[in-house]
Amino acid sequence: MKKSYKIDVDCANCANKMEIAACKTPGVASATVNFMMLKMNVEFEDGHDPKSVMEQVRKNCKRVEDDCEIYI
Amino acid sequence: MSRRQKKMLIRIIIAAVLLISLNFIPVDGWLRFVLYMAAYLVIGYDILIKAGKGIKNRQIFDESFLMAIATIGAIGLAIYDKSGDYTEAIAVMLFYQIGEWFQSYAVGKSRRNISELMDIRPDYANLVRDGAIERVDPDEVEIGGTIVVNPGEKVPIDGVIIEGTSSLNTSALTGESLPRDAKAGDEIISGCINMSGVLKIKTTKEFGESTVSKILDLVENASSRKSRSENFISKFARVYTPAVCAGAVLLAVVPPIVRLFAIGIQADWEIWIYRALTFLVASCPCALVISIPLSFFAGIGGASKEGVLVKGSNYLETLSQTKIVVFDKTGTLTRGVFEVNGIHHSQMENEKLLEYAALAESASSHPISRSLQRAYGKEIDRDRVDDIHEISGNGVMARVDGVQIAVGNDKLMTLLGIEYIPCHSVGTIIHIAIDGKYAGHIVISDIVKPQSKEAVAALKNAGIQKTVMLTGDTASVAEKVAGELGIDLVYSQLLPVDKVEKVEELIRSKTDKAKLAFVGDGINDAPVLSRADIGIAMGAMGSDAAIEAADVVLMDDDPMKISKAIKISKKCLGIVYQNIVFAIGIKLICLLLVAMGLAGMWLAIFADVGVMIIAVLNAIRALFVKKI
Repeated sequence: MKKSYKIDVDCANCANKMEIAACKTPGVASATVNFMMLKMNVEFEDGHDPKSVMEQVRKNCKRVEDDCEIYI
Repeated sequence: MSRRQKKMLIRIIIAAVLLISLNFIPVDGWLRFVLYMAAYLVIGYDILIKAGKGIKNRQIFDESFLMAIATIGAIGLAIYDKSGDYTEAIAVMLFYQIGEWFQSYAVGKSRRNISELMDIRPDYANLVRDGAIERVDPDEVEIGGTIVVNPGEKVPIDGVIIEGTSSLNTSALTGESLPRDAKAGDEIISGCINMSGVLKIKTTKEFGESTVSKILDLVENASSRKSRSENFISKFARVYTPAVCAGAVLLAVVPPIVRLFAIGIQADWEIWIYRALTFLVASCPCALVISIPLSFFAGIGGASKEGVLVKGSNYLETLSQTKIVVFDKTGTLTRGVFEVNGIHHSQMENEKLLEYAALAESASSHPISRSLQRAYGKEIDRDRVDDIHEISGNGVMARVDGVQIAVGNDKLMTLLGIEYIPCHSVGTIIHIAIDGKYAGHIVISDIVKPQSKEAVAALKNAGIQKTVMLTGDTASVAEKVAGELGIDLVYSQLLPVDKVEKVEELIRSKTDKAKLAFVGDGINDAPVLSRADIGIAMGAMGSDAAIEAADVVLMDDDPMKISKAIKISKKCLGIVYQNIVFAIGIKLICLLLVAMGLAGMWLAIFADVGVMIIAVLNAIRALFVKKI
C-alpha cells in the first residue's frame, strides 16, 4: 500500500536524512521524500498498519532532524 | 514570508544592531563577555539547542553541530587569547543565519512560483442540481452529473458538452495559445479555460480520474523519481560530511604536532584550531543538496507549462542523452486521418463513383470508410443502401440504389474474380466494382503533419544522430513519407510485435550512453513505449492509456514538441552539471585556501552561503524554457 503525507522541513539535506530514516523503519518497504513538494511518499509492507508505522517513522525522523514534522 | 521566517528576520536584525553598537561601547572584562554573549545567544540559541539534540541523537555531523563547534571554538580562543574579540564568532553565526534565512525564503518562493505555474487545479464546479446551480467541490460531482462552466472559468471535470458553444484556451495543458472551438457533442477535458460562451457539460469521469487531476498528480510526483545526478549528490553528501569533519580534526592536530616534535618550533595551537573551525564552516554541502533537486523541479515545472509532461527527474536526464529517435508513423508524423488523393480509371463521373463507395461503406466505422464518407461530403441516405456484407480485411459488398456494389482492396477483386487495374500511385487503393464489372479505384492516403519536416530537422539540430520510422504501412508509402521528411531509416510492413523487436535491435546496436527514444501516439504502441529507453507519447490530451504507458507525455500532437522536450532537458541538465561543478569546485578551492591559512572566516561564510545562493539562482533558470 502506498500513501502520501505532507511534511515540513527546512533544508534539503535534512529531507534526505528523513528519507533514509523513513526507509529504515520496520514496516516501510520504500519511502521517498520530495523536498520541493514537501511530501513523503511511503510504501508499506503487507500486514503493517500504516498509522502505527508512520508514528515510528515520525519518531525516527525527529531523531535525525529535530526540526521536521510529518502530518499523519 | 512564513511566521518562522519573520521571527528569524527579527532576530537577525536585533543581533546585527547589537553587534554593531557593541563595537562602539568601550567595555572590558566580564561585562564585555556578557554583552557579547547576549548577542550571540539572540542569534544562535536555536543552533545550540539543535546541536545539543543532535549529540543526544548521535547525529553529530549536521550543520548545527558544525556551526556550534566553530563559534564556540572561536569564543574559546578569544577567551584563551584574552583578546576579547568575540565579534567574529557572532558574525559567523549571524551570516550563517542570514544564509539559512535566504535559503528558506528563496526555496519557498520558487516552490510557490513553480506551483503557481502548474496551478491548473480547479477550485470548484457549478453543479446543476434540481434545476438550480450550486457551487460545489469538484470531488463531489458524480459521473453523469451536469455542470455549468461560465466564461473565464476552468473546466473542472472531463465530460461531453450538451449545450452551448465557446472557444477554449488549452494553453495551461498544451502550451498552445491558439484557442480551440467547442460545441455541443464535443468531448471536453478538464483544465481548459472557457473563454466566450456558457457551456453545459455532462461529466464522464470523476474529478480524481479527470485529466487535470492526473496531470497534477504526475507532475507533483515527478521529482520523487530521482535522477542519477540526485542519487550521486545524496551519496556524496553522506560521505562528504564525515570526511570533512575528519579533515578538520587532522588540520587542528597534525600540523601543530609536526611543528612541535618534528621541526621543533612553536606549535601555534590556536592558529590551527582556528583554521580547522573555519574549515568546518566552509564545508557545508547545502548548495549541492538544495540546488540539484531544485533544478530538476524547475525544469519539470517549466516543461509542463509548455505542454511537455515529464514523469520523473530520471526521465529528464535520459531525455537529455537521447541520440536516436524512433517514430511511429501513423498519428505521430502523419495525422492518422486518411484523405482521398485521387480517383482513377473511373467508368463514370468521379463524384458518382465516390458516392457509391461512400454509400456502400456507410455502415462501417473503419478510418478508411469514414474518410470516404467525409470526401463524399453529403448527407448519407441510409435507405438507399441494403444487404451490406463486410468481408473483414478485404472490403464491403452492398446493394445501393438496386445495383450490386463491391468496394475493397486487390484481394476482394481477386476473390470476386473481377479483373482490376493496379495503381502506381502511393497510398491505399480502394477498387470499386458495380454489378460485377470493374468501375475504377480511389486512392486515399494519410496526410503528413505540416510541422513534421521541420520537427525532424529540429531534432537534428538538437543533437539527434539518427531518426528512424516504424510503420505497419506498405514499403512504398513508408519510403515516400520518410523521403519527404528526411528520416534516416525506415522499417515498413511491421506488425505491433515487430516494432518491439526492431526497437530492441536498435537498442542492441547502439552504445550504452546514447539513449533511444520512441515516439508514438500511445494507442497501440504501449509495449514499444515501455521497451525504449524513454517512451514519448504525443497527442495524449485525454488519453489515459498514453499517459499511463509513456515516460514523457506531449499534451498536443505537434511533433515540434519532441525537439523542444529534448532541448528543455538539455538546458536543465546543463544547469545541474554547472551547479555540481561550481559548488564542489568552489568549495574545494575555499577549503584548500582555508587549510593553508590564506583565507579566513569571511571566505568560509561565502563558501557556505554565497555558493548556495548562486546555485539556487542558477537552478531557477531551468524554469524559463518558453523560448528555447
